[in-house]
Amino acid sequence: MIYLDNAATSWPKPPGVADAMVRFLRDVGASPGRSGHALANEAERIRLDAREAVAELLGLRNPLRVVFTANATAALNLVLHGLLTPGAHVVISGMEHNAVMRPLRSLETGGAAVTIVPCGADGALTAADIEEYLRPTTRLLVVNHASNVCGTVQPVGEIAALARRHGIALLVDAAQTGGCRPIDVTGDGIDLLAFSGHKGLLGPTGTGGLVIHEDFDIDRLPALIQGGTGSRSEHERQPDFLPDKYEAGTPNIVGLAGLAAGVRFVLERGVEAIRRHEQDLTGRLLAGLREIAGVRILGPQDAGQRAAVVSFTVAGRASSDVAYELEQRFGVLCRPGLHCAPLAHRTLGTLPGGTVRFAPGLFNTVEQIAAAVDAVREVAGAATHG
Amino acid sequence: MAELAVILVHSTSHAIAAERVLKRAGLEVKLVPTPRHLSSNCGSAVRIPARDGAVCEQLLQAAGVPVDRIELLSERKRGQEPFSEKGS
Repeated sequence: MIYLDNAATSWPKPPGVADAMVRFLRDVGASPGRSGHALANEAERIRLDAREAVAELLGLRNPLRVVFTANATAALNLVLHGLLTPGAHVVISGMEHNAVMRPLRSLETGGAAVTIVPCGADGALTAADIEEYLRPTTRLLVVNHASNVCGTVQPVGEIAALARRHGIALLVDAAQTGGCRPIDVTGDGIDLLAFSGHKGLLGPTGTGGLVIHEDFDIDRLPALIQGGTGSRSEHERQPDFLPDKYEAGTPNIVGLAGLAAGVRFVLERGVEAIRRHEQDLTGRLLAGLREIAGVRILGPQDAGQRAAVVSFTVAGRASSDVAYELEQRFGVLCRPGLHCAPLAHRTLGTLPGGTVRFAPGLFNTVEQIAAAVDAVREVAGAATHG
Repeated sequence: MAELAVILVHSTSHAIAAERVLKRAGLEVKLVPTPRHLSSNCGSAVRIPARDGAVCEQLLQAAGVPVDRIELLSERKRGQEPFSEKGS
């Protein structure tokens, strides 16, 4: 079996991830922030381990500015619903995922205004492309760091500088890039960055969060979910400090134990080394698929300009049929269709049929990539000749 | 016995963060229940030797761990409050 669906969730995980989760369930088990007994404190230390690892990975000095949520979607919703009051204007790229589009379409009915900046045919965007769409009422700029459809990487440093120049908050969706490409929230001046814990960070599903720059005033951002935090229990109002403000309810601490181990693995291996490996695999995929008659590759042709995501179509075949055949005949697991990102597919011209997506990860090998390319050649050959 | 002080914080997340920052700096710290006569917060506080108060405050400020305040614990009050050690 060849797993090429790492853009949905990475698999396998480093062995330390499951070990940390088992150790937590067996030896700790308690809820952090509540009570003050030894096990509750140990649980809080594990949560702090996870915050510290994520802060180090994403370029943040203070780990208390890492807020954990159920996934990147929840973190994106927190910011979108918190900042986009009626009358507020938001500018987004033409490559956004439904984790951004669906909350925005809902907020539009409540009086927020949404502008989509068109991207190039390969999904790319520059800060200059964005600037002409800014208005005096623009409150927020949202950019997908790398497309989950075709891997196109946006210049977030350049876009952050633009946002700062105009005094507009920037929200980066780093679901596909965290752990796979260097990210420096502090150095680049990114106000808010949503991350997934279970993709490039190599943690379990059910983990993710929001990283908040030191300069961002959290009084501007109300809590979307309110409730028990274990702190200031005598008050019926939500705490106004980090991280408690945005972490109501018992957290997924067993998941965070795994996440801490996953991110430590990434830090030890080195993000740059991971990026090089994934870029090598992506380059091999692009080169191999390009040679197959009937296969069309979407997005940038250069592996250096994309995350490890390769989308393609096969002439005369539905993407779902291709994926099914790849699995049934060759054991290649991938994802066909629209990848929860119809806007990105519209930009790429692949609506409504979608694409077949190969998303290699850290644990894929060059031999697996060669086998996957051979499998596509077989499937496409059958389509051409049969 | 050296005089003791207690660092009062807003939440357990801050108490654990403070504990880690100060332990890494080689200071002597213990997590204790927040003394009820000092705060209505029902969570944890960080007990330190009173002589380390100023350096702890500086370290925590530099690390971005919010501190409510640092209070001296008098002998008499210490006698009233059972400061059992908590956690590791």
